[in-house]
Amino acid sequence: MTTRIDRRMAKLKSEGRPALVTYVMGGDPDYDTSLSIMKALPVSGSDLIELGMPFSDPMADGPAIQAAGLRALKGGQTLARTLKLASEFRAGDDETPIVLMGYYNPIYIYGVDRFLADAKASGIDGLIVVDLPPEMDEELCIPALKAGVNFIRLATPTTDDKRLPKVLENTSGFVYYVSMTGITGSALADTAKVSAAVTRIKGHTALPVCVGFGVKTAEQARVIGASADGVVVGTAIVNAIANVLGPKGEKTADPAEAVATLVSGLAQGVRAARLAAAE
Amino acid sequence: MNKPAMPNSFRTGPDEQGMFGIFGGRFVAETLMPLILDLEEQWNHAKNDPEFKAELQNLSTHYAGRPSKLYFAEGLTKHLGGAKVYFKREDLNHTGSHKINNCLGQILLAKRMGKKRIIAETGAGQHGVASATVAARFGYPCVVYMGATDVARQSPNVFRMKLLGAEVRPVTAGHGTLKDAMNEALRDWVTNVEDTYYLIGTAAGPHPYPELVRDFQSVIGSEARAQMLEQEGRLPDVIIAAVGGGSNAIGLFHPFLDDKDVRIIGIEAGGRGLDGVEHCASMNAGKPGVLHGNRTYLLQNADGQILDGHSISAGLDYPGVGPEHSWLRDSGRVQYEPILDDEALEAFQLTTRVEGIIPALESAHAIAHAMKIVPKMDKDQLVIVNLSGRGDKDVHTVANMLGMEI
Repeated sequence: MTTRIDRRMAKLKSEGRPALVTYVMGGDPDYDTSLSIMKALPVSGSDLIELGMPFSDPMADGPAIQAAGLRALKGGQTLARTLKLASEFRAGDDETPIVLMGYYNPIYIYGVDRFLADAKASGIDGLIVVDLPPEMDEELCIPALKAGVNFIRLATPTTDDKRLPKVLENTSGFVYYVSMTGITGSALADTAKVSAAVTRIKGHTALPVCVGFGVKTAEQARVIGASADGVVVGTAIVNAIANVLGPKGEKTADPAEAVATLVSGLAQGVRAARLAAAE
Repeated sequence: MNKPAMPNSFRTGPDEQGMFGIFGGRFVAETLMPLILDLEEQWNHAKNDPEFKAELQNLSTHYAGRPSKLYFAEGLTKHLGGAKVYFKREDLNHTGSHKINNCLGQILLAKRMGKKRIIAETGAGQHGVASATVAARFGYPCVVYMGATDVARQSPNVFRMKLLGAEVRPVTAGHGTLKDAMNEALRDWVTNVEDTYYLIGTAAGPHPYPELVRDFQSVIGSEARAQMLEQEGRLPDVIIAAVGGGSNAIGLFHPFLDDKDVRIIGIEAGGRGLDGVEHCASMNAGKPGVLHGNRTYLLQNADGQILDGHSISAGLDYPGVGPEHSWLRDSGRVQYEPILDDEALEAFQLTTRVEGIIPALESAHAIAHAMKIVPKMDKDQLVIVNLSGRGDKDVHTVANMLGMEI
């Protein structure tokens, strides 16, 4: 069974360029604005959307995404509303893959079976759940695969060759390589090391490998995209939203436009990646 | 859900996956997974290594001052007019609480693993002080994450940590309490995974922490059991301990779990009452969820967002609890009861006056429950209360509550 992610990745491969994967927090800064931001993403050159599910205790996230989650929760965002957001987006775009990203507890409380049914009905294509390593696959990964939803695993610099097969075993859609040991939004690691890691992972799997954590600029997207099948940008986009919010959360400019400007630049970087690599 | 059948022994958990029934587990980011597996392997070697055991034993005796006394609290017993009350005097340990038991064990593990840096989270500051102490003793740099609210209400402990050479990093997220400190410690760990040992202070977090912290703290119950047999010739009728994350409680309880005639009671922070959200009684008013690496009872809303909770006692101010307690609750072996802020405060004052012992506010919760049940018990019955720490650190909080100035 192929999913939107498989189809999109195959298409980009035939075009010979990496994917631009963009992360936004669902409901940040509020539901309606978040929907308009989402809609702006594919138009500006995003190939795949990671939609954050806000959680009160995001242990793997840096200050920017922590703050985005709190803004969303304060605006009344819940897991049910994040699914609604996805389905409203899906009504106007049946091509761009959506991957939900977050932590397990809200899903566990929602109920795994109910969640998978509702996610599927909302047009969700994949899941990234930070606190579910392969050791906990029975919780959500296996049920998701049975339901036809991709389960995208994080591989990290600490995932050595001995452990990689276990991490890759039930992974589908793509592999998300975390460029450094750290939280989201930290400084980008040595790009040569990242390329070496991507090559190492590709030796173990035919799945596309996307790289995230620390990619903030078009230039970085270009460099990472030379070896990776996709480049994930999160904190920079979340910051673009925060930058047009005043101290009381009031909008000082249009967040969707701010995101569109940033993403257009990133998209150019990604599109230049293989040209540069071929030189 | 069907009630699980009574196991033959309550002391065999966790299983190989780190589960106590449905509780526990390893709900952590992939970055941490290899490290946690390595810790488990090292721990399995260490616990059967005579050299490791001997070094820990030596430090326990000569550095921490173990065994701690089992003290007949005659003043409190007379005052309450029922069963005989004994205190397990963890307050007399070096650093003033039970936390040193766990820190000595884990610092030896850190040394064994070749780590270069220690991080810890702390609520009341007792674990922070114990961590800073062992880091000083073994020559490690130490960073302690502490909620900003707790930094303010536990200032004596903050100063002690600084004197011991630790860096105290206040955490302002959330309510600035233990939960937030733990998030920040986990963020540090995931960033500095290569050289850093995370010295978790309570019997919670991803496997193997709940097991290894329990094993290091079980010295409390093993001693208390032997001491009671020695002093009274029989086992106690009731044992009581306060439960935040639950390390002092599991340490006292675990050696007694298969003594079927010993009633075991864990005390949760009832705060300002269980009707609202100002309490930390996760097992009385929460439901199972996943946080900080394990599945356990948590205070949370209908969307699975974790609530902050409240307790007068910084050490109990945590919206979750160690997974083994959740399992003991569901299996029915241990009974968990809430005690309100005011009741703990009263127990704090009474113990100070009739025993000349200033208990930690955490321990005062356990004493407050004894005050409720002891008068209704027979005079020949025996109760052990775990006096998990001394209360010097709490005098500012208590003065505040009583409207007095120091």
